[in-house]
Amino acid sequence: MSTKRIPHWADVTLVPLVSVLLAFAISAALIWAIGESPWNAVKLMVDGAFGSSYGWGYTLYYATNFMFTGLAVAVAFQARLFNIGGEGQAAVGGLGVALVCLYIPWPHWTLALLGASLGAAAFGALWAFIPGYLQAKRGSHIVITTIMFNFIAASFLNYMLVNFLRPQGSQDPSSPRFPDTASLPKLHEILGLFGIPFSKVPPVNISLLIAVALCGAVWWLLWRTRLGYQIRAFGESESAAQYAGISPARITIIVMLISGGLAGLMALNNVMGEQERLVLNAVEGAGFIGIAVALMGRNHPFGVFLAAILFGFLYQGGAELALWTGIPRELIVVIQALVILFTGALDNMVRIPIAKLFSLRRAD
Amino acid sequence: MTSLKTLTLSVSALALGTGIAAADPALIFDLGGKFDKSFNEAAYNGAERWKAETGGDYRDIEMQSAAQRVQFARRMAESGANPIVVMGFQNAPTLEEVAPDYPDTSFVLIDAVADLPNVRSVIFAEHEGSYLVGMLAAMASESNTISFVGGMEIPLIAAFACGYAQGAKAVNPDMEVIVNYTGNTPDAWNDPVRGGEIARGQVSQGSDVVFAAAGGTGLGVLQAAADAGVYSIGVDSNQNYLHPGSVLTSMLKLVDEAVYTAFTDGPGLEAGVVTMNLAAGGVGYALDEHNADLITAEMQAAVEAAREAIIAGETVVHDYRTDSTCPAF
Repeated sequence: MSTKRIPHWADVTLVPLVSVLLAFAISAALIWAIGESPWNAVKLMVDGAFGSSYGWGYTLYYATNFMFTGLAVAVAFQARLFNIGGEGQAAVGGLGVALVCLYIPWPHWTLALLGASLGAAAFGALWAFIPGYLQAKRGSHIVITTIMFNFIAASFLNYMLVNFLRPQGSQDPSSPRFPDTASLPKLHEILGLFGIPFSKVPPVNISLLIAVALCGAVWWLLWRTRLGYQIRAFGESESAAQYAGISPARITIIVMLISGGLAGLMALNNVMGEQERLVLNAVEGAGFIGIAVALMGRNHPFGVFLAAILFGFLYQGGAELALWTGIPRELIVVIQALVILFTGALDNMVRIPIAKLFSLRRAD
Repeated sequence: MTSLKTLTLSVSALALGTGIAAADPALIFDLGGKFDKSFNEAAYNGAERWKAETGGDYRDIEMQSAAQRVQFARRMAESGANPIVVMGFQNAPTLEEVAPDYPDTSFVLIDAVADLPNVRSVIFAEHEGSYLVGMLAAMASESNTISFVGGMEIPLIAAFACGYAQGAKAVNPDMEVIVNYTGNTPDAWNDPVRGGEIARGQVSQGSDVVFAAAGGTGLGVLQAAADAGVYSIGVDSNQNYLHPGSVLTSMLKLVDEAVYTAFTDGPGLEAGVVTMNLAAGGVGYALDEHNADLITAEMQAAVEAAREAIIAGETVVHDYRTDSTCPAF
């Protein structure tokens, strides 16, 4: 294993960093090739994403989505289960949030948040439970079943929205707006309590704090609890784990429940925090971005946190780029794809030369 | 609220300072993107026509995520663009949130209604146009079976299907109308391969006229119909030229006209609801040199009579969206 020759700190920081820089270098060349200035583009993106509390607000809003879905993928991957159904689980979680917010008259947002969290996590977990059960008991491959469940979720949500949640006579297949008591406080209100001014426009809300707390909770679960140890042991070697008395079926189902619950919780941010109603295709690919975020974050909660911010930056910075220049939005997708390609697929291209450098240094 | 206003003021001051022309119109495309061969592209064509005729300039932006609906509408308003045309039926809440903060900016909402003093809402009577092409389909069909390929099963598209079936059954009450939808993800609007498969399936069930209301997916439907030697019907723009001899006609929905008119009217345009129906010429069927041989004089006379009856109010085409039911199914 080449990884053994790299110090741990370099494996988790240097390798992703070099990969991202390479992806940005190629992106810059592309931008230059279509006749725009790469320097200007970088400035616009950084300024648009981090240059104001307005930009920060949007960056963090997107990052919150990716933290939830990234954690979902990362937890499952610790057990070597590749859950690519985050998209569907987050969508069904949104249905949970909508039902809880619409049909229960909450007196205060704190209670609504608690109820909606339970609804989101339960619905998301349920959606992941079925593929988990099929994997554990029937050996149906989780990759196949979770991706198929994304399509079932899309059809199910469309059906629910068009036939049940849509107000009569409305052309738009979306639920009515949630009552005001189910409205989550925005980040500017929270920061306002401490006297810190923040733009009121962006949709970033209290679920950012929940996502950050969950990063910590997932770390604690994986590295400080017996269940976490079992999950990781199962991931490293199923036969060894089984020999140690760990039930593969039980771990598979539990991990998928946690993973689905985390993905479902994303609905707190986009459905309850931003739209305040359930709309068609509310997840918008964040479930798939979660895979890239987890890959880039090395399936570690802290890595997921950083990678989520990076993708939040790409989303918000990319939007500013499209807004103020002639660079088409397809190119922003290309930049995102390059980041995923370099950090996910071409990992060894960077790792092996870095490992060589380190072994050279050691030989000196 | 006050800090928002300060922000607005400072940003607009910035916009003026950097010399962005204050009254350029703007166009915000919906999630499908500018070149979706359908709804958004029709808007783009309308804007381009305005640009070519007046020599003016306009700004446009394509959304990537729903969070950007409000964001982009605000950014456009802050940059001084006026009027701002916002595409898509999901944007009524967007303008309800944004438009009151910019009372001096005119907004135009296409395909939905927002009741605000500075918003013009343009809605189309797709069911009326679909009724007419349904009649043409029934008259052209020899198998007494026609079909419909929709993008997603949402009320807007169901209204197309319902109008189409009503028109067909007005010609022949025994007409069989097969209805299929492409899918439930955004891909449903841009999946020509799947569209072609569905069309072939319908042809094998006996359909000899296929009407597609599915954005980019429809291109596959039209292609499959041409390959199978049956008729097809295009949508939104005039698509007769795509497969002359096979495309029977196109159900026109003049989104480009709505955008062109909005840009021409300029800042301060008249607010309120504009219904683009048959009477207003906002919907209709396409007749040109590519399908002149397919539409006989009798067919044209029958459709024209129906058109006049609808305009006069003698024939009422049921709109699926009013009560979510369709008398023709």
